[in-house]
Amino acid sequence: MLNGYRILDLSDDKGLFCGKLLADMGAEVVKVERPGGDPARMIGPFYQDDPHPDKSLFWFAFCQGKQGVTLNLEDQRGRDLLKNLAAKADAVIESLPIGYLDSIGVGYDALTEVNPTLVYTTVTPFGTTGPYKDYKGPDIVTMAMSGYMSLCGDTDRAPVRDSFPIAYPIAGTEAAAGTVMALFHRGRTGKGQRVDASAQQSSVSLSANAPAFQDINQRRLRRSGQFRGELLAAIPERQVWPCKDGFICFAIYGGATGARVNQALVDWMDSEGMADEFLRGIDWKALDMSTVTREWMEPVEDRLGAFFLTHTKNEMLQGALERRLILLPVYDMTDIINDPQLQSRGYWMDVKHPELGRSITYPGAFIQSRPTPVQPGKRAPMVGEHNREVYGGWLGLPVDEIDALKQQGVI
Amino acid sequence: MSGIFDGIKVADFTHFGIGPMTGRYLADHGATVVHVESATRPDSVRTSPPFRDGAVGLNRGGFFASLNTSKMGLSINLKTERGVDLGRKLAAWADVVVENFAPGVMVRMGLGYDDLTEVNPDLVMISLTNLGQTGPYAGHPGTGTVAQAVAGLVHVMGWPDRGPVTPFGAIPDFVAPYFGALAVSAALDHRRRTGKGQYIDLSQFEISSWLIAPIILDRIANNREAVRMGNRDPHFAPHGAFPCQGEDRWLTIACTSDAEWQALCQVMERPELASDPNFATLKSRQDNEDELERTISTWTREHPAHDTMHLLQKAGVPAGVVEDMAEIYEDPQLEHRQHFPLLDHPEIGPHRPQAHGVRFSETPSEITRAPLVGEHNEEVLRDLLGLSEEEYVNLVLERVIE
Repeated sequence: MLNGYRILDLSDDKGLFCGKLLADMGAEVVKVERPGGDPARMIGPFYQDDPHPDKSLFWFAFCQGKQGVTLNLEDQRGRDLLKNLAAKADAVIESLPIGYLDSIGVGYDALTEVNPTLVYTTVTPFGTTGPYKDYKGPDIVTMAMSGYMSLCGDTDRAPVRDSFPIAYPIAGTEAAAGTVMALFHRGRTGKGQRVDASAQQSSVSLSANAPAFQDINQRRLRRSGQFRGELLAAIPERQVWPCKDGFICFAIYGGATGARVNQALVDWMDSEGMADEFLRGIDWKALDMSTVTREWMEPVEDRLGAFFLTHTKNEMLQGALERRLILLPVYDMTDIINDPQLQSRGYWMDVKHPELGRSITYPGAFIQSRPTPVQPGKRAPMVGEHNREVYGGWLGLPVDEIDALKQQGVI
Repeated sequence: MSGIFDGIKVADFTHFGIGPMTGRYLADHGATVVHVESATRPDSVRTSPPFRDGAVGLNRGGFFASLNTSKMGLSINLKTERGVDLGRKLAAWADVVVENFAPGVMVRMGLGYDDLTEVNPDLVMISLTNLGQTGPYAGHPGTGTVAQAVAGLVHVMGWPDRGPVTPFGAIPDFVAPYFGALAVSAALDHRRRTGKGQYIDLSQFEISSWLIAPIILDRIANNREAVRMGNRDPHFAPHGAFPCQGEDRWLTIACTSDAEWQALCQVMERPELASDPNFATLKSRQDNEDELERTISTWTREHPAHDTMHLLQKAGVPAGVVEDMAEIYEDPQLEHRQHFPLLDHPEIGPHRPQAHGVRFSETPSEITRAPLVGEHNEEVLRDLLGLSEEEYVNLVLERVIE
């Protein structure tokens, strides 16, 4: 869908996912690295735990399909080359400390001087303006300051973040949307602009209806571990349940859907002799989640919990599919790669890694579309792999000049 | 032209979270978005809290109001044949259809992509579901709260010595709209350049797995299963949320280099720790992480969270307060970025829904309040779709419009 667009990716680890998504959709994305390689190449995990710049699985995932060039921005000739590349690009993505590129003369002002219709996207912790704009914001800091962390975790311990950092993939996705929106606008009006993504702001929405509770009712929702309050019920109710070999997610709903699902679950339990008179006697249609109490809920949860413990994740999944229960197992990574749904949709793709002498299976297209499919590209670039293609193809530099620039440490 | 999507028309057959938010992204940036529901089968979020003054009412819900800003409201009964006809007319009028019914529902109503392209050949349509339109689980009903379980996002939240906790809300519900806005924008631009429409099948399961792709690759390439780490990180130490003065107050601190650790020691007025062999390197800090965290906690406990954050950030140490739901409305950065614009709503009154995470320099979003049930019935059906007065009145009398 984005065929024909040229994107210059100057970002560090914070912005890499943005360009990866645009590459998946057909844009030509060129990752610009410092000579010797980008620091993000040293982010683990690593292939076979070998901390080598060409073996980072983080880099593999978030630079797939990009081309790679090296460029020394400390050198004036390097900065001139960057301007020449920007003159040929439709968009630039960067996530460096605010003001750094300006300070060396290749920021927004300098690049739009050579390319007035450029779309210039930044992915930063807090946005490029405001009192905290220069504050450092690794994942856990932006997750905390978005408010989201205050809603996650056990009540008797500190709030928690996800154990894999997702704040920047999330912000990078919104930045990718913003970049394409700006390109669409440019296509219709001829005008470029700045697209300024804030990781703090992109994660505020994860808090679902909790901000609205504060805003409308002045009720400050807090974390409640494996329970969740105020979504479906006026009380906290259990969402994560232990089963025989792991955990499942399920919540008691009200309304017509809840009445059907809850009854179907009780019938299943009954067929295995695990629904007592109390449970069988519940009129689920009469259940009003806005007035339900913990006193009512606890004995119900006790019985469901005992039943779940008698089944494996997979048994729960199969039973849920047969009975159309709104219940799914808590998958670990092994379960994800073995899942029949993803396999049947052709989600996985083999990506060739000639340097490793093998292919690695990757998650595939993030959407299925027709008639124009999303097609993730080749493995992430090696250091300076596409110097000749890009400096030759975009700028028309002859091979001997490119080699000379390399000798001189410019690229 | 001010908004990015000025002149773009969107038929928004959505309810609950992912669908409405995808439509909202377009609406807040200039598209004319018509949200379709009916009074007897309203968007289910209209019946979920919070309500203004706690009084339940279809037009009183704060969550709906924050998920459906800048849209027009159309209430037609899609359970009737003539209601479906109106839905088809709306889709014929539209550039984009957004829907998040269970797979198959739109097709059964005769509103599937292949039906709609007969009346609107270059239509862009996006369907957002839990698990996708095809495959053995396609028809399975679900919500984001269970989708995040199969997507691996629950498995990796919590402490290593305990079971996982539930990520509040449901992460995929609120990330899928960003992917949806990306896909629709790309499809619209592709249509602008080629004249071709597009059908987009978005599965929450599939987009979410990309957020954690490196640990999926770790399992595939290295046979290593992901684990819960609380707030620790394989690359950094210290890395966590530390207790501060007051009740349930927490400050996150993450030292991403030895220099930041040394700066933290200075701020703590414990310069000797910087050269302490137990803490001097990342490896030694990780080997002694319990002690490291106790040492920092002893210090943070004596200090207020916000003051400590500013002190640390000024010294170059990444730190951020775990802001609660009241604090995000007072956060000076979010305030500066106008993240919570003040809107007025006829039944909710003044309220502050969220803006977006991206700021456009030339085409800022323009966010107006969410519609009441059926608020724009006449405007949509008469002015936009061109129904005569007689047709309109008949549809009201036949309860197709309700």
